[in-house]
Amino acid sequence: MKSKGIAIPYVVWMAVFVVAPLVVVVVYAFTNRDWSVTLDHFTTLGQYAGVFGRSFLLAFVATIVCILIGYPLAYFLARERGRLRGMAMLLIMLPMWMNFLLRTYSWVFLLERNGFFNNLLSAIGLPKLDIINTSGAVVLGMVYNFLPFMVLPIFSVIEKIDPRVIEAAQDLGADSATVFRRITFPLSLPGVLSGITMVFIPSVSTFVISRLLGGGKTLLLGDLIEMQFLGSAYNPHLGSAISLVMMVIVLICMGVMNRFGEGEGEAVLL
Amino acid sequence: MKKLLVMVLVLSLTAGLLTGCVHSRDSLGGDTSSNVVNVYNWGEYIDESVLDDFEAATGIKVNYQMYDSNETMYSKIAGGGANYDVVIPSDYMVARLIAEDLLAPLNFDNIPNFADIDPALKNPAYDPENLYSVPYMWGLMGVIYNAKAVDEADLGSWSLLWNEKYAGDILMIDNSRDAIGIALKRLGYSYNTTDEAQVRQAVDLLVEQWPIVQAYVMDDIFQKLEGANAYVGTYYYGDYLTMYENNPDLGFYIPEEGTNIYVDAMCILKDAPNKANAEAFINYMCSTQAGLKNCEAIWYSSPLLSVREALDPEIADDPYAYPDADIMAKCESYAGLPQNILDLYDSEWIRLKTTTGNFWGLF
Repeated sequence: MKSKGIAIPYVVWMAVFVVAPLVVVVVYAFTNRDWSVTLDHFTTLGQYAGVFGRSFLLAFVATIVCILIGYPLAYFLARERGRLRGMAMLLIMLPMWMNFLLRTYSWVFLLERNGFFNNLLSAIGLPKLDIINTSGAVVLGMVYNFLPFMVLPIFSVIEKIDPRVIEAAQDLGADSATVFRRITFPLSLPGVLSGITMVFIPSVSTFVISRLLGGGKTLLLGDLIEMQFLGSAYNPHLGSAISLVMMVIVLICMGVMNRFGEGEGEAVLL
Repeated sequence: MKKLLVMVLVLSLTAGLLTGCVHSRDSLGGDTSSNVVNVYNWGEYIDESVLDDFEAATGIKVNYQMYDSNETMYSKIAGGGANYDVVIPSDYMVARLIAEDLLAPLNFDNIPNFADIDPALKNPAYDPENLYSVPYMWGLMGVIYNAKAVDEADLGSWSLLWNEKYAGDILMIDNSRDAIGIALKRLGYSYNTTDEAQVRQAVDLLVEQWPIVQAYVMDDIFQKLEGANAYVGTYYYGDYLTMYENNPDLGFYIPEEGTNIYVDAMCILKDAPNKANAEAFINYMCSTQAGLKNCEAIWYSSPLLSVREALDPEIADDPYAYPDADIMAKCESYAGLPQNILDLYDSEWIRLKTTTGNFWGLF
């Protein structure tokens, strides 16, 4: 009974800021400019298949890179004790205290043709690289901005693994590779799944990163949606339809992933 | 419990990403009490001391807010709920607001300073009978280049933006109206064509240009041209003067095919709560004193004849700031477009930004 009372503000919050906007999105998606009910927005969505494909591909690549960098980092930090760990956690959190837009802008200045990295390269006699305005730069921006959301959940899960379980495995003759493969990794999967959710969803819907680091040369889903609300093409109905389809695809992805990780613990499914 | 925590985290993360949209909603409003005027103008587009002067002179408090594009302003007004009195959109957007019946006709008896407006800017194509708008600032669009990197022989035409010699050094403007407009001009068509085939042909030309464009930019162009991160771009003359102060290698020209002359004009919204104050504000902005201050702060061209006389002769005689008849003859302003052409602009713009990309080309 007690816990129900505590949940009330949360339920109200969810109703006002999650459920109500969702209803608005659905209403917009199925209506026209003159508010007549229509399915046109969905039937013409095929022309944006390339945008969908590209957005999901880049978000997928960014998520994989985040796992490859984030998992080992979280693993070693979780086993580390003392000052190094505190310092490392601080360094991971520190950029998040800065504004997201500002962080991305600073990458523009780093990667620009006469930016920091290229000046460094030419100072030591190497040719300049054209990094900015490529898909690679967009993925870099996603990884940089969202990496902490991969590291932190994995870290907190690995840290909580009971050391006695690992000791038991060692007592039974498992070498460290086997311990990792049979014990640590399976037990850390829930963290990985949470991390994937928290990196993949913002990556697939980002628009600032692709605008600034991708040079605005190729639209991502976020750009396409933003265009319908604040950009050159004012059509909130189409924007809502695209958002809705994106949400459904993301939900399916998450559902598949949960099935994949079943029995090991579930990722968050909104 | 952990699940809940993660869920909240994800939510706040998504919310953070959407602040752009959320923000546009929370600053809606504007004051509806009587001795106030709610002004909605472009960012960095006024000498703010003029607002204090106005408050001191009239006792009307100014509630001043800013936007970064015509489209942002439009989506806020069209979304409803905003209580602005004065808005200052560009020509084609004025036409659209008139067509959609969002503006109130002005009472010019309350705006005597309108007499000082350059007659050439009165009764413009976007407001043919001049019922709804008073010009605020105007200017020309042109090509900006880095004289150290670009051969003089290549200058003179819009085709510099298509010159493969400068592949990877070219910045194109990142909005459909201006970008498609440039391609239309290059083909010798009107900015305001309603021929769908001509618009498609123009976008074909942009698709052809796509591989050699370094980036599609708006205000990012300052940083990229000033820092020599790119050598060729297209923007407004007033902004070129600002860039030139930071990088004297930069040059500017008006392409021979002709260019866009734009006017940003003050209008009053139909449901404005303080119409009388709004007219007083517009009248004040057309005074020589306010016009001169604004002109010297932002370097755009003033529509006020008395301001032009009062300006430093070096600026008043600047051929691009106050162009002569030869240049003016090559200029065309944007008019409002019918809905089917606006829709075509949108879908063609998306075609440019999608089909040209190499889907798998990650680098």
